Amino acid sequence: MTERIMSHPVLGNLILKEKVTFTFDEQVFEGYEGESLAAALLAQGIRTLRLHEETGQPRGIYCNIGHCFECRVNVNGLEGERACLTPISDGMVVKSGQTLPTSVRDWRKNLEQ
Amino acid sequence: MNNKVIIIGAGPAGLSAAITLAEKNIAVLVIDEYLYAGGRLLGQLYEEKPGTWWNGIVESERLLERAKSLEVEFLLQTSVSDLEKVDQTWLIHTTKGIFRTRHLLLATGAAESPFPIPGWTLPGVMSVGAAQVMTNVHRVKPGKRGVIIGVNVLSSAIAMELQLAGVQVAAITLPHANLLTKGNSNPLEVMNSLLHVAHMAPSPLVKIGSKLMKNDFMKKLGINFYPKNGVKMWDIPIMLRKAVVEIVGKDEVEGVILATINTDGSIVKGSEKRIKADFVCIAGGLYPLAELASLAGCPFHYIEQLGGFIPLHNEQMETNLEGLYVAGNITGIEGAKVALAQGKVAALTISQRLNAGASQHDIKLAIQDVEKTRATAHIQFHPDILAGRQQMKQIWAESVVPLATH
Repeated sequence: MTERIMSHPVLGNLILKEKVTFTFDEQVFEGYEGESLAAALLAQGIRTLRLHEETGQPRGIYCNIGHCFECRVNVNGLEGERACLTPISDGMVVKSGQTLPTSVRDWRKNLEQ
Repeated sequence: MNNKVIIIGAGPAGLSAAITLAEKNIAVLVIDEYLYAGGRLLGQLYEEKPGTWWNGIVESERLLERAKSLEVEFLLQTSVSDLEKVDQTWLIHTTKGIFRTRHLLLATGAAESPFPIPGWTLPGVMSVGAAQVMTNVHRVKPGKRGVIIGVNVLSSAIAMELQLAGVQVAAITLPHANLLTKGNSNPLEVMNSLLHVAHMAPSPLVKIGSKLMKNDFMKKLGINFYPKNGVKMWDIPIMLRKAVVEIVGKDEVEGVILATINTDGSIVKGSEKRIKADFVCIAGGLYPLAELASLAGCPFHYIEQLGGFIPLHNEQMETNLEGLYVAGNITGIEGAKVALAQGKVAALTISQRLNAGASQHDIKLAIQDVEKTRATAHIQFHPDILAGRQQMKQIWAESVVPLATH
């Protein structure tokens, strides 16, 4: 479990904005208006944002500034949104990416059996 | 719309350029992908001299306030996907539509190179810059106890910042040598580059040590006698004789496998040991983020001292494409203060083109200010930065490429 840095020796105390709620894979989470989705989830211990489309391996943030697209999730029905660049808002519906069908490979695997 | 100067990137270079242009009553639009203005300046935090901190958030806010008071327009959370030139006009394709300008400044900054290491896709593995942004900007701890892979200026500075925020850094260590890690896994090369951050270390031992290590023989000696468990800087063990061979964990990071390495970077068989960590930072160094210059058609040159492939440009921050300018880390990896100074040069060059009251003398002074800032920089990313800048100057001078007319 990670946590928020409420006080900091140089940056001072954390000033929090208005609390909002959003869902991530149907589970309700709290965060602060305008903060990044990646930060809001990490503050509550959520590191896995999606499963790799093909292998199903877990993935989370990598670069945190929009370059790598590792944190892509579905936000309010839009696919491929970067959690690190998405400000959260009240009532936002977020879904993690799941494994996609790999029909050719599955067909070949079934053939081999 | 055409008479507005457009700047891509709201980091130190972009903001300083926007302010300089607006001060000359030139309309400016700044486009940036991130949630806030400031770019990579946002996360920066270091002590310049005892008691005086360079606080990136405060600096960013100050610049943003100044720009806003001069009516600079900002379009944040907007990604640029393409550039094209039609007649004399640059078309900027973004997620919020197409924008047009005669004068376009690319201030897109830098990106981090990763080290692909077994286990690096596990949630909890992030770039060292990601940990910095989480900690200083979002104020969320990246984890409780981390290992930083990659010993360089950036990773040393961020390790200190993590420590400051109460996040434990178990070790800063090397990546295991592979085809992609190059010099980053060679203790001697790393030691060489590390000597340039030693002045930042509060420990007099490290400072004195760095003075003793000026020549190659001493450096080799230093590596041979380098304690296997590292030297502590800001109380964090810096391990030049250990390398991470694997990041381990089931669904998230649970630790790393550390091994002792020889002076040439090869592993001492049987020395592998597992240590606990809930996050891992990969610090492969910075390179200029220059895709847009590439799309525009700029010629590129590889200059190691500047951090990679650099779009051809001159000291006035012009590319060889008419109406296209560059400033900040896209021209070479340096600190935020150099980027600020470069942004001003670019803006003065643009205002001269627009006949908006910038003389050649103003530009010359601004270029001198870049050089002065570089000479007194607190953090230097490459020890031979000057040689790199000189090389680009040379290439420009020798370049026979006429202004491209697309």
